[in-house]
Amino acid sequence: MSCFPDRMLHQICPMHAVLTPTGHIRQAGPTLHKIAPTPLAGARFLEIFDVYRPRAVDSMAQLLQTEGRKLHLRLRGGIRTPLKGILVSDGQGGAVINLSFGIAVVDAVRDYALTSTDFAPTDLAVEMLYLVEAKSAAMDASRSLNTRLQGAMVAAEERAYTDTLTGLRNRRALDVALDRLCRAGQPFALMHIDLDFFKQVNDTMGHAAGDQVLRTAARIMAEETRKDDIAARVGGDEFVIVFDALTSRTRLRDLAARMIARIEEPVAHDDRSCRISASIGIAISESEQPDAAQMLETADIALYAAKRAGRARFRFFSPDMLETSDTPALPAARA
Amino acid sequence: MHGLILKTLQVFLQDTYGTEIWARIAAAADLTAPGFEAMLNYPEEVFFRVLDAAGAVLNKPREAILEDVGTYLVSHPNSEGLRRLLRFGGVDFIEFLHSLDDLPDRARLVVADLVLPDLELRDLAQNRFHLRITGQLPGFGFALVGLLQAMADDYGALALLDLQEAGRDGQVIEITIVEAAYAEGRDFELAAAPAGGQA
Repeated sequence: MSCFPDRMLHQICPMHAVLTPTGHIRQAGPTLHKIAPTPLAGARFLEIFDVYRPRAVDSMAQLLQTEGRKLHLRLRGGIRTPLKGILVSDGQGGAVINLSFGIAVVDAVRDYALTSTDFAPTDLAVEMLYLVEAKSAAMDASRSLNTRLQGAMVAAEERAYTDTLTGLRNRRALDVALDRLCRAGQPFALMHIDLDFFKQVNDTMGHAAGDQVLRTAARIMAEETRKDDIAARVGGDEFVIVFDALTSRTRLRDLAARMIARIEEPVAHDDRSCRISASIGIAISESEQPDAAQMLETADIALYAAKRAGRARFRFFSPDMLETSDTPALPAARA
Repeated sequence: MHGLILKTLQVFLQDTYGTEIWARIAAAADLTAPGFEAMLNYPEEVFFRVLDAAGAVLNKPREAILEDVGTYLVSHPNSEGLRRLLRFGGVDFIEFLHSLDDLPDRARLVVADLVLPDLELRDLAQNRFHLRITGQLPGFGFALVGLLQAMADDYGALALLDLQEAGRDGQVIEITIVEAAYAEGRDFELAAAPAGGQA
């Protein structure tokens, strides 16, 4: 049946084997010689190679029956490289088997130090190696970009101006807004608000209840402020509101009293009601060039005075608080 | 313009002249970020700003800088990966030259949106070739001359290269191989990691 001399196979199929009717190797391609752990010439093919799919191929007769099917083999000795193969019978009891590395080509090239000349020019092995390396390089570049983008995202989140729980501004936004107001030399008032009994709600009814209380209080503050005011959550249950161009004590008194009254309204959570209140310290900018840190500090002193006076009330800052800040001696200013 | 091209220019300048010089070039080019991302796209004019700034800071013609970029891509240890990808093109320099026709397609296989000019190799005579470049990619011809020269060295071949303008959006590199096996050339193994067995 064979019309071509077998030696033509060496160039076209460098991983072929020509088998005799007894199953011995009469000829093998140069690359197959290179990867075989023991000499191939005259050896029984099935003693060198283990055919593991289809199963139960232990004789030349069984091998011939696999004709045309895809064979899965591996070398019995050495590195046991997996191989793919196909057998064609020569019609006289013998056969030709052509082998390839399949997906194992990357490992095989390294394990046996193969070069381009070990593959037929029509074999896509070298193109596949090219793609594997190129893909790895592209993946590395992509992964490093993703890592940097993730870092940038974290940094952007840190720079964000919003408190994610309440939707109010955060500490950073407050600092920026205060700086701007102070530099503009515009008069303003600052309220430092601390929720009373919040910790008890959090401890006895859980974080979900605590979060709901915070959101409710935040909503009240947002509703009681105007577009140009800044309401910010600056700590767990601490808030700061900056009232732009508002220094009237009467109006600030009304605002503080109304906010405390509204915050004291019970909040329903899972059939239970949460009750909290708020203490507020108020500072009003006096000088032409107010100082942001000092405004925060004076509001804080006033808040402390409100707390000392029994909570659930507000206090305007007054200089005598500096001397008597340890004693709740100030007259109640609650409306 | 593909970020890979700008990133290449950047790492070439950084690896060759140092980060301080790169910072000066980036400042002169008025870049907003300290570097380019290979996987993003940038306006083409940014490329020219960086190239002009590099020319001014280094006091070097733009063509020479571009040629050095090509040489860098093959010969610098930091771009060993690309040298390997190019070496997959052939077992000797002439076979490599013939693989250049496929270069734009090979590049697209790796980076789908990287469009390189078309390349066409013509045999003129024994060891003389014309490589025709058709397409718009600023500086590509000069960089390719540097890259081919370095690849010739890599294969151990002695080659003369000459870039000429040819038509509106075309250039031709005239290649003369004086000696195909002039020097030893650098090692190339198909496997990325060095193997133990015989070569």
